Order: sequence, then structure tokens, then C-alpha cells
Amino acid sequence: MSDWQVKYKSTVKDRGARGILKLREGMLLFVPNDPNSDSKLKVLTPNIKSQKYTKEGSNKPPWLNLTNKQARSHIFEFENYQDMHACRALITKALAKCEEEPNKPAAVLTSAEQLSIADLELRFKVLRENSELQRLHKEFVETKVLTEDEFWATRKKLLGKDSIRKSKQQVGLKSMMVSGIKPSTDGRTNRVTFNLTSEIIFQIFAEKPAVRQAFINYVPSKMTEKDFWTKYFRAEYLYSTKNTAVAAAEAAEDEELAVFLKPDEILAQEARQKIRRVDPTLDMEADQGDDYTHLMDHGIQRDGTMDVVEPQNGQFRRSLLQDLNRHAAVVLEGRNIDVDSEDTRSVAEALARVKQVSKADGETTKDANQERLARMSRVAEMEDLQAPQNFPLAPLSIKDPRDYFESQQGNVVNEPRGAGTLKRNVHEAYGSLKESILEIRTKGLSDPLIKPEVAFEVFRSLTQTISTAKNIIGKNPRESFLDRLPKSTRDEVLHHWTSIQELLKHFWSSYPITTTYLHTKAGKLKDAMSNSYSQLEAMKESVQSELRHQLSLLVRPMQQALDAAFQHYDADLQRRAAKSARGSAGEANGHWNYNKGVIIV
Amino acid sequence: MATVASKLYSDDVSLLVLLLDTNPLFWSNRSTTFSQFLSHVLAFLNAVLGLNQLNRVVVIATGYCSCDYIYDSSLTLSGNSESGRTGMPALFGSLLEKLEDFIVKDEELIKEQEHDERIASSLLSGSLSMALCYIQRVFRSGHLHPQPRILCLQGSPDGPEQYVAVMNSIFSAQRLMVPIDSCYIGTQNSAFLQQASYITGGVHHAPKQLDGLFQFLTTIFATDLHTRSFVQLPKPVGVDFRASCFCHKKTIDMGYVCSVCLSIFCEHHKKCSTCGSVFGQSKLDGASTVSDKKRKAPDS
Repeated sequence: MSDWQVKYKSTVKDRGARGILKLREGMLLFVPNDPNSDSKLKVLTPNIKSQKYTKEGSNKPPWLNLTNKQARSHIFEFENYQDMHACRALITKALAKCEEEPNKPAAVLTSAEQLSIADLELRFKVLRENSELQRLHKEFVETKVLTEDEFWATRKKLLGKDSIRKSKQQVGLKSMMVSGIKPSTDGRTNRVTFNLTSEIIFQIFAEKPAVRQAFINYVPSKMTEKDFWTKYFRAEYLYSTKNTAVAAAEAAEDEELAVFLKPDEILAQEARQKIRRVDPTLDMEADQGDDYTHLMDHGIQRDGTMDVVEPQNGQFRRSLLQDLNRHAAVVLEGRNIDVDSEDTRSVAEALARVKQVSKADGETTKDANQERLARMSRVAEMEDLQAPQNFPLAPLSIKDPRDYFESQQGNVVNEPRGAGTLKRNVHEAYGSLKESILEIRTKGLSDPLIKPEVAFEVFRSLTQTISTAKNIIGKNPRESFLDRLPKSTRDEVLHHWTSIQELLKHFWSSYPITTTYLHTKAGKLKDAMSNSYSQLEAMKESVQSELRHQLSLLVRPMQQALDAAFQHYDADLQRRAAKSARGSAGEANGHWNYNKGVIIV
Repeated sequence: MATVASKLYSDDVSLLVLLLDTNPLFWSNRSTTFSQFLSHVLAFLNAVLGLNQLNRVVVIATGYCSCDYIYDSSLTLSGNSESGRTGMPALFGSLLEKLEDFIVKDEELIKEQEHDERIASSLLSGSLSMALCYIQRVFRSGHLHPQPRILCLQGSPDGPEQYVAVMNSIFSAQRLMVPIDSCYIGTQNSAFLQQASYITGGVHHAPKQLDGLFQFLTTIFATDLHTRSFVQLPKPVGVDFRASCFCHKKTIDMGYVCSVCLSIFCEHHKKCSTCGSVFGQSKLDGASTVSDKKRKAPDS
């Protein structure tokens, strides 16, 4: 856009190289006059962090110092101040422009990637903590078998836990009363300063609905927010001085101030409504004690002194009891809106909305009234004065538990034996049994009980059984086969297990294939799975011979799952091919046709 | 009974409940006679009683259609021997007497039953339940009691109609922490006994030669529970976990399971007969392979 003759220095002490400084769209170019020198410079405008310049009044030559984000500074000496100012203005404009722009592309970026720095950090943290996950991540995402999003799609629980934890807890209200906030008094200038934060504003609005209403009505139509709060705090100050005469006088003057000094009408109305709604039979939701604005109190003021009631100015007084009760009620209700904004008006409106909603809910319509009356009459009746009621009875059905046991006998089908033969067999059997017992009673135990060779044979066979079993199963019956493998093989087997599960999960979830994206995904997954399969085979061969059988038993379910997946993939591919062949038979689309020898023109 | 000072109670005091198979249909066609078998068993019982002064033995006979307590060593302390009987140690005189009475009663019972066309199995579920009741009584008898275990000497095949009752007894024994040892002397495999020993932590063995039965019994089954922690006993390599279906009492490998009460059926039912819950549609078609089952709705 513009060119200037400048001298370029990288530091103040540098002699400087003469050249031309060009300001182009988005960047600054410096081309030295001497083609051999290597002080050519190109600075991108977004990189410029700040610019400093020498003042006209000083004795220094007109310099413009640009510092970029890497904290390198470039100093350009202009021929005169005019040039320098022009350049500076243009650079400022360019900087302002490119500050707007990053907002837009940044917005585009985030919507496309959905990744903020916090998210990335969370992912790294989770990966660091779980080495298993990290290994899976390395294996799949970095070899481009799965994308980042797919990998984390099923693990939202891991990622979301931290953020959910943070926002779950609701913060309640402070139990310190608003009116307990003492202003800072400035004795010298007789000013009293109140500090207002949004928290305090929220509490004021929650406790005093009249103030809230006044805010909505007066601001910004009648007065500014600052004036409103000034008036409010004047009213508070008047209360605290306990000078009811002055209060009355000022209220008479200033209509808006009077709003703050009057007792809160909205609150009184709410309390009256609540009492009306109470069901005298059961509901202890509200009672006369809720109307604490009209409570007969002991006349005790906030600082403990007693006060004489002046009837005509009675309304300009508030007592400690009223304040305390109101504050307690609000704190117990809690924070029922989520508005976080700094804007006072929106807070007021939100609170008003909530109150309206609850009022609408509470409003008794005619039907609701009827229902209430009916309920009251029902509850108030006395049972012994009623007529006996014959409710319809449902018959009791208690199942006989013997049915369960007997049904278990079931219908057992065996080869049918003749009844007669059965009885005969049985009798014979019993007969022989009785004979045996008689025999042993007379003869006694046989002597010798057992022949030594037989005993020896028994010992030998038992020893053999136990020792072979020990080889196969291991010394400890509770020990699993996995513990007997060498550590590297064991880790490999376990890792294969988790990675195959991960692959299968993504593979099966991508069926039925409807888009090309899913198609390529399935293809990639299938290649990764065949890779896994061959690795399993290699592992089986590499292990020692006595462990091989057990290992192949262990590995078999994994291979079966992979086989099922491969089968499905091939079958699906074939079906697609057949279908596309059929589908394009009617089109003039030659290259989709898989039927041999048929050419559609 | 005299109270025993606690210092006499060592770690290996045991209560052995022996379930004796007296199914006549099994014993009628065996090479080893019942009397030879009995002599081995009685000598074994003697050996167990000799291992520790405080050991106790209870014998329950498992008949064809009934079971009964035959012998309780803690009840026959007064050894009034039967004079006149030769050869038989007096200790077991009453045992044999009761056994004979039991067999007579069993015979009576089978006469009353109609033609019962079931496999010639003995009433294992009944005797297991009786053993567990006795053990429960011992547990409640006080602080000091021997460590009970059950030894099942069985030769008859499994009766699939008893599957539910046997499994219930096995799980109760597991709860009580009473191991069920089993010595199977029949020809086929007994799935019930294998499962019982596996689940409760007992020992299962099927000796091939019955004339060495005494040696088997004393080597494997005489060890008390405390000793088993440092003695290697034979372990079966695999366990037969087959169940029998609830509708026909057939032994099955694959079937349908109710997801509410875990009852097993061999074919598709509309309603579970045990808990009454209604089943949904069966997702399987006639001849479907694994991959068919996993396939989702076909692409259009």
C-alpha cells in the first residue's frame, strides 16, 4: 500500500541498512538497497505485538520500533516524522483489522474440531494416567486406523467426569445479611461509599421484591442504575439512622425514595396468598407466622436500643426481626436461577420471572379449589360415623409350594420296562442286598482287608495322578494359566485381548454400511484385525511346547471372534457386489456391472 | 454327654457324614459284592474314629426311594456288645442292624409305588439334605464343635430329575462352608458329584479298582480339613458342568435360560414354569449361524 525509504536496524546501536519498507496486505516487507546484504525482512502483521516510536519533540531521529511475538524488535528509521506517523497509523489499522479476523476463523475452527485447549489437556491427562489406554491410543490412532473422535467417542465418561464434577455443586447464598455490609465513611468529605457487587445485587433483589420491581420499572426509563442505587442506599442510610421524621420528610419529597422506605408490599401480598392456600387439615406449609412483616416484635432495633413507636411514622421503621426472617427465608430457598451475568437488569428480570412462574403455579383455579374442598371434607370425616363400605375384593391366590417341587419331577421318558419285570428285578436286588448284610454280620470284616499288592498299586496310581495333574494345572488350584506364562507373553496376550475388543467394537458399530466413510472405516479395521490375527498365530508358535496347548485354548475365543467378523465382512461385500450388479442392470452404466460377458450400452 | 475341656480340641477334630449308596439296582449286578464293599467302608470308619478321640462319624443310607440315618458315633458310646456274634466289632453291630431295617423299609416303599420308570438312581438329594440338617444342628450346638465334611460314596448314575434339589443342597453346603467329597464307584461319570466337589471345595475321585477301595478311602478321604492345606490330593483336570433341563429332566449342554430365575429349558417356552415370567420372541430362526445372529437389519 505504501512504501517508505527507511534504514533498518535490528538494535539501537546498529548502523542500519538502507532500504524500502513496504506495507502490504497483512505483512511488512523490507527490501534493502544493497542486494548483497541479507537484512531482508518480512513481518506478518498478526505477529506484531506492539509498536513504539520516538516523539517529535525529542532529539532522536524518527524511529519506529516493532516488537513481534517472539520478542524480537525491529527498528526502522524514517526520513521524517510525517512518514513515521503515516506508517504507524497504517500499521495500527492493520493490527486492529487482523484482531477482528482471528475471532471469525477461530469460531470456525472450534466448531469443526470441537477441541479446546482444556479438552486436549484433559485427554492427555487421561492418557497419561492409564497406560493401557495410551498403548491402545498409540496403536490405533497414530497408525490412522481410528480417528481421535472415534477413539474417544465411547470414552466420554472418562473425559466428562472432571468437568461434570466441577459444575455439579450448586453454590448457595451467603448467610451474612446484606444490610450488614457497612459502608466506608469518609469523615473528611462527609461521603458514605457503598460497594456493590453482583452477589450483593442478587441478594437485594431476592430479599426485597419491591426493590426489584422498582428497578424494572425505573431503570433505565426514569433514572440510571447509579442513581437508583444511590437512592436505595440513601434509604438504607436513613433506616440506619433511625430518624423516622427525616425519613418521612424525604419520602414525601421523593417519590422513588418512598418506594424504598415503604414496607415491601409485594412481600406482604405473597405471604397473604401463602396463608390463604394452606390446607387447614394437613398442610403446614405456611401459617400466620410467615407473615413476618407484620409481626408484633419487641421494638428492638438493630443495635439493641429500645424505641418508642410513633404511630404516624410507624411505616418507616423496620425491625431486626423482620430483616432476619426475610433474609433467612431467602437463604433457605437457595439460588433458584442460573443467571450469571453482570447485567443487573437481567438478574432482576430473571428473578421476577421465577416469582411469576411460582405464583402462577400457586394460583388456585376453580377446579383446584373444588378439589381442595373435597379433600378437606374427606379428611375431616370420622370413620365410625360412616356407613360400612363394601369394597370389591380380589381373591387371594397362594400357590402351593409343593407344586414347584413336584413339577420338578416332570415327565421323564425312559425306555418302558414291563411292570412285572421291574418288580421282579427289584425284589431280587433287595434280596441279594439283605443276604450281603447277613453275610457280613456273620463273617465279620474280611481278613486281610486288602492285599498288599493292591494297596501298592493304588499308591502308585495315585502318585502318578497327582504328579501329572500338578504339571497340567499347577501347584495352586486357584492359580490361573496366565500366571505361568512368561511375563512378556502374558502382557502381549492381554494387550491383544483389549485391542481386539476395541477393534471389534468399532467394526461392529460401523455396520450397516451406509456411507463411504463407514466403508473405508470398515476396510481399515479389517486390515488391522488381520494384522492382529497373524500376530496371534506368531505368538502361539513362539511359546514353549508345554504351554502351547493351553495358550491356544486361551487364544481361541479371540480368533473365533475375529473369524466371525471376517466372515461378516466378506459376506457383506459379496452382497453389495451382487446388489449393485442387479441394481445397475437397468442403467446404462457399464463399469458397475459384475456379470461376466454382459455389456449394457 | 460329658463336656470336653477346650484344650483337647485340636485343629483336626472332624465330623464325617458318610452318604452310603444302598441302591439295590446298582448293587445287584456288580462284581464286587455289597458285603465286600461294606467291609472296606466299616474299616475306613474305624480308621477315622481312631485318628482323633473326638472325631465323630454319621452314616446316612441312600436308598432307592428313601434315606435314613443309620449310625451316629456320638450316640453309641455305651458299647453294649452283642455277644454271640462273631467277627464283627461291636461298634458296628447297631449299624448293620439299622441298615437291614432300612433296606426292609425301602423295599416296602417301592412296593407301594407304581411302576416308576426312572433311571435307577439313588435319592442323593434326600441324603444330602439330611446331612446338611445334621451339620446345621452341630453348628448350633455351641462353641466347640468338630469341623464337618460330607463324604458321598455313590455308584448309581445321576437322576436328572433331582438336579434342582441337588444343586440347592450344594449351594447350601457352599454357604455353610462344608466341603462335599465324593467317591464315585460306578461306571459312568457323575456330573452332580463333580460339580458338588468343585463348588464346595471338596475332593472328587473315581477309583477304578474296587478291591483297593479301603486304600483309596484312607489315603484321600480320611484327611481332615486342616490337614488338606498341606497335603496334595488328586484333583480332576476338568469338571462336567452339564445341567438338566427343567421341563424334561434331560441332560443338556446348550439351552434357554430364564433371565429372572435362571431356570434352564431345552426348548423355547412362552412362559417360565418356575417364576411365571413371560418370555419374548425368540430371535433365532431355524438354521442360523453365528454370523447370522450378529448381522443387523439387511441394507436396503
